[in-house]
Amino acid sequence: MSAAHAVADTAALTGRSLRHVTRSIDTVVTTAVMPVAFLLLFVYVFGGAIDIGSGAGAGDYVDYLLPGILLITVATGVSYTAFRLYLDVQGGLFERFATMPIARSAPLWSHVLTSLVANAVSLVLVVGVALLMGFRSGAGLLAWLAVAGLLLLFTLALTWLAVIPGLTAGSADGATGFSYPLVFLPFLSSAFVPTDTMPGPVRAFAEHQPVTPVVDTLRALLAGQPADQGWVALAWCLGLLVVAYALALATARRRARP
Amino acid sequence: MSADHTPAPAIEVAGLTRSFGETSVLRGVDLRVAPGTIHALLGSNGAGKTTLIRILSTLLAPDAGTARVLGHDVVADPGAVRRAVSLTGQFAAVDEVLTGRENLVLMARLRHLARPRQEAERLLGRFSLLDAADRRAGTYSGGMRRRLDIAMSLVGDPAVLVLDEPTTGLDPAARQEVWQVVRELAAGGTTVLLTTQYLEEAEQLAQRIAVLHEGRVLVDDTLAGLRRLLPPGEKRLVEVEPTLEEVFLALTSGARA
Repeated sequence: MSAAHAVADTAALTGRSLRHVTRSIDTVVTTAVMPVAFLLLFVYVFGGAIDIGSGAGAGDYVDYLLPGILLITVATGVSYTAFRLYLDVQGGLFERFATMPIARSAPLWSHVLTSLVANAVSLVLVVGVALLMGFRSGAGLLAWLAVAGLLLLFTLALTWLAVIPGLTAGSADGATGFSYPLVFLPFLSSAFVPTDTMPGPVRAFAEHQPVTPVVDTLRALLAGQPADQGWVALAWCLGLLVVAYALALATARRRARP
Repeated sequence: MSADHTPAPAIEVAGLTRSFGETSVLRGVDLRVAPGTIHALLGSNGAGKTTLIRILSTLLAPDAGTARVLGHDVVADPGAVRRAVSLTGQFAAVDEVLTGRENLVLMARLRHLARPRQEAERLLGRFSLLDAADRRAGTYSGGMRRRLDIAMSLVGDPAVLVLDEPTTGLDPAARQEVWQVVRELAAGGTTVLLTTQYLEEAEQLAQRIAVLHEGRVLVDDTLAGLRRLLPPGEKRLVEVEPTLEEVFLALTSGARA
């Protein structure tokens, strides 16, 4: 199987999968709805009572909050990848592709690439709402590229994680349910309030889970400050990606040749 | 055995076994399908038909024995097997969000054809799907879905077509349509292996019929040959030839005893 074929096969299947997204554009919008609701709720309802330290005013809370909201957006978005993959498996299309002379990696990569595109659109929607709510960033082009790169890597890691329930779930609810804990993870991090306000054990968890360094890094980059947690964030994302990718491929192989 | 002049088989299965846990599904299957013929694999539910089909289309590895399609071993060279054989599974595997035309174009692109749209157009015409070509496949009737499903398998003219219970769940008119398509394919030189639990389907379509029972091929013969296995009907006023159904039931109940 030549590399050119692998690229052509993946492109053909990604085009198909993207068509699924554009024909149910509501999935991109609903991906953004819950994060936007959190944004509104926390900025306009709870935000006034939340002290993020350093004498920041209420208007600054949206700047503080946005990175965590972006991660919630991704966690919500990847559940649609699991759902679309689940439908392919149930409908026999995944098996049909397996009987065809195409690159073995193409069907899964097409879903992963589609996830990157769909999540990027949802993220842009959420950032747009945040801008309307007064979010401002002093970040330069390089910092914005770093933000985009880190979000891309985070999305890639979570998408490969989503492939596993997509392949194995026995029901649509099972396929999408895995993302609930992922959506919840930012609440136990520095996304909403500084971790030093939390009681001991919770704080220990919050400071040693991947969301906190990723949020801190995005926040620093968007504020135009040095991102001293950058390497930790990068290591977490790469580590998650490697583990999720390996598990997803092992799951696919077990499915293909039982 | 003396050398004969039969052409190399399109499908050649020898001593094939496959178990799932403690359950032995295939217990040494032998089968030869001549090129350009329609060969029916007849068996009850659980006889092992689908397992054999899955091995022939590289979805499943055998435990022992060999299976070759156009001389390519399914284990050693699955890529060549996938180029030679096209599977239409038991349940129509069409993309319901795409239109009929888009489904076919996708298959043509995945088979790396030079003119995907032209191939889609050809198959839409052949399967009477032109009127519905630009509707989502999710809106199709059962018969239309099956036609699209088979059309998708025929993109790029595969040499061997494997149909797993192609008419299960179809109404009589749709069944006739599928039969017609299968006959035309074989007339055009395609080798067709089809599984069925409908005895009439095997009688109507197949040049040869293999009876698969409890993981083995009991007999593999022409319809006339199978009929000779039972004595002809008693002579009363008219001679009644045993139907395939009678032969089948006699064979499978005999084996069970």
